[in-house]
Amino acid sequence: MLNHEYIGAVSETRTIEVELGQLKLFAKAIGETNPIYFDEDAARAAGHPAVPAPVTFANCLRLLAPEKSPSYEELGIELRGLLHGEEEFEYYGPIYAGDRLCLVTEVIDMFEKKGGALEFVVRDTRISRESGELLVKLRTVLVMRHGSGE
Amino acid sequence: MNGLPASKVSVGDQLPKLEFGPISRHTLALYCGGSGDHNPIHVDTDFARSAGYDDVFAHGMLSMALMGRMLSNWVPQNQIRKFGVRFTSITHVHDTVHCSGSVVEELIHDGAECLRLELKAETQDGRQTLLGDAIVARA
Repeated sequence: MLNHEYIGAVSETRTIEVELGQLKLFAKAIGETNPIYFDEDAARAAGHPAVPAPVTFANCLRLLAPEKSPSYEELGIELRGLLHGEEEFEYYGPIYAGDRLCLVTEVIDMFEKKGGALEFVVRDTRISRESGELLVKLRTVLVMRHGSGE
Repeated sequence: MNGLPASKVSVGDQLPKLEFGPISRHTLALYCGGSGDHNPIHVDTDFARSAGYDDVFAHGMLSMALMGRMLSNWVPQNQIRKFGVRFTSITHVHDTVHCSGSVVEELIHDGAECLRLELKAETQDGRQTLLGDAIVARA
């Protein structure tokens, strides 16, 4: 069961450097064919200061720099039965290889459907430069399904 | 590298489609490492079975990343203002992901001329897996 007392809880600030090697592996995994996303020379030739993070990479930063608290354990999230319900990005500025970024995650809501068979947790993560300039805001909705299988 | 400038686009236009797959276990292993999503449900069959599934299944965010590729193939990434999806069903190993989208509305967003897109992903047999939308600036 989700621990509703964490609604409104805000994580510590995590810092992470956007690593070029991680971007290259991500690009390979998603079959990226545009070389600006894995080749520094191609990125510069296209006018970028470095290799840009692809459209959904902000979610990877969230996963690569997970919050210590509230942790999945504290929130009551278990990997068995966990599904991704929704994801949304709002973009305010580009993210590039080599950037040092700050992440803060807030638990926005928890609710249930189907008489508690499905539990939802809504979290927002803000990714900013160390100067405080907001680059991406993402909303992640996870679903805990009680009772196994599809 | 990018396709049509959004300035020349109008309501009803279709985005060039993107097809990916069939998704293999190797794809899922690469995505596990590449994305930082280390949930074993996507790569460890023993774990998936212990959770009541017959097999591992694809990360929803892999399909969203493919949709993201379709978007950034079509419009420079810095013109994308907002991009969201709902994951409506599971993508299985050996499925092929078909992403498509169309322009549905012209609107002003944060003071800029923008387009709203409706997006979807389906498997090879037409089962919808993601339903999404995006707002992109015309310039």
